[in-house]
Amino acid sequence: MIRRKLEENFFRILMVLAAIVVCGSFFLIVGTIFYKGVPFMSWDMITKIPGGGFYIGKEGGVLNAIVGSMYIAGGATVLGLCISIPVAIYINMYLKGNGFISNSLRIAFDVLFGIPSIVYGAFGFLIMVYFGIKASLLGGIVAVTLLVIPILVRTLDEVIITVPRELRDASLSLGATRWEMSKMVLRQIRPGIFTAILLSFGRAIGDVASVLFTAGFSDNIPTSLHQPAATLPLAIFFQLGSPVEEVQGRAYASALILTVVVLIITILSSILSKRFSKNKI
Amino acid sequence: MTNNPHISVQNLNVHIGNQQILKDISINIPNKKVISIIGPSGCGKTTLLKTFNRLLDDTADVKITGKVLVDGENIYDPKAEVTHIRKKMGLLSQRPYPLPMSIYDNIAYGPRLHGSPKRAELDELVEQQLKATGLWNEVKDRLHAPATRLSIGQQQRLCLARGLAVQPEIILGDESTSALDPVSTSIIEDLFISLKEKYTIVLVTHILRQARRVSDYIIFVYMGKIIEFGPTEELLLNPQQELTKEYVKGYIS
Repeated sequence: MIRRKLEENFFRILMVLAAIVVCGSFFLIVGTIFYKGVPFMSWDMITKIPGGGFYIGKEGGVLNAIVGSMYIAGGATVLGLCISIPVAIYINMYLKGNGFISNSLRIAFDVLFGIPSIVYGAFGFLIMVYFGIKASLLGGIVAVTLLVIPILVRTLDEVIITVPRELRDASLSLGATRWEMSKMVLRQIRPGIFTAILLSFGRAIGDVASVLFTAGFSDNIPTSLHQPAATLPLAIFFQLGSPVEEVQGRAYASALILTVVVLIITILSSILSKRFSKNKI
Repeated sequence: MTNNPHISVQNLNVHIGNQQILKDISINIPNKKVISIIGPSGCGKTTLLKTFNRLLDDTADVKITGKVLVDGENIYDPKAEVTHIRKKMGLLSQRPYPLPMSIYDNIAYGPRLHGSPKRAELDELVEQQLKATGLWNEVKDRLHAPATRLSIGQQQRLCLARGLAVQPEIILGDESTSALDPVSTSIIEDLFISLKEKYTIVLVTHILRQARRVSDYIIFVYMGKIIEFGPTEELLLNPQQELTKEYVKGYIS
């Protein structure tokens, strides 16, 4: 009896400790960013592009990187959805959901999911060289789209699987075609689509390696798809590498901006997801 | 009783994977009657029901041989139009599954698939189907509320109304009352009895008393085979087959 009680307590303490480690590191990371970043935060940081001498501690901000990151993450997520939704529907609604082809496709996407983002960057770069495109917003969006497609497909796939078979049968037995049934399923999984968007956007906005060669860097806000674009993670990387203390501080301020952007996206998508789940069964 | 069968099943065999679920089924289902398919769990009742509107098509590794004639037309003919076949049948599943939309849109869903009815026509149709299933007075003030706000019994009647809105000829019920409370069950059963004037109704049930209450004919299925088929009272009170006798008396289930 005592042994069982000890075992119960031992594992409970283990779980509590593990939870503390996770929460603790979260607060440490966010705390560090705030502690180091807030002193260097200013209105200029989010409203101005780098002025002359930004990298040696003079005036300006990182608006170029904020806008560039939003363009790339937003563009890649939208483009990724345009490709992933049809794929996820095809796997589940047109192929037999648990048949050989569907499962092979799932494994393929799992492998793609695990490929490091630098490989997508390099692959995107190769394509760009082939077509003679220079490092640009377009190149960045394409490379990041490749990166987020596996995330989107697998998330949507998991969500579609949770749609009850009977709901699909209900639509089919009213004489719906597969596509008409799929549209109804898309309605049902709208909250899940927002989760997928969130995951994809979060990954896209935080990734450095895929945009390193493909998007390039620029102190200006791109005005066309063919101009290079700055991104927040790259801006952090460059600023951290500076020997000037003030520029290093700005790296933390940029990290703070990135964190807040991700936070806003998270809250927005959870609000939208709730709003759209009212008709869900 | 079989002079004018609505559904005629001929030598139907269904395999899923290596397992034979239905074995050489042949049966004629009479027009505008209530027919109950009874039998123990896993005997193939639901599979048989689903062959009638080709809902098995999407199951992995399924192999179907034989014919199912609906109004004399073989629905497993490669040239048969599957949406057209399914439109002829309303399906009522074990639990209600309202579509993720409002009460009104649930009923309008089918008619909208098959044409572009005018608003006024739809309004009338929705009202008519809700009245046919006794829901109108309960929901007329909240037609645009999500269907999921209804009670489970109301949802099942909504699903029935939704099925009727595409003007089917046949209603298929797959243990349609098994998730419902006794009051809702009795409402649905009464609906079945009144609807048989216009529709052929095929119900799967494992409740013998329900089969007795609502059906004109009973099909007894055991281990993928039809053991006996006959008028309700005859089959229940004077079964011809040994297996039917044992099932009806409750020795096997």
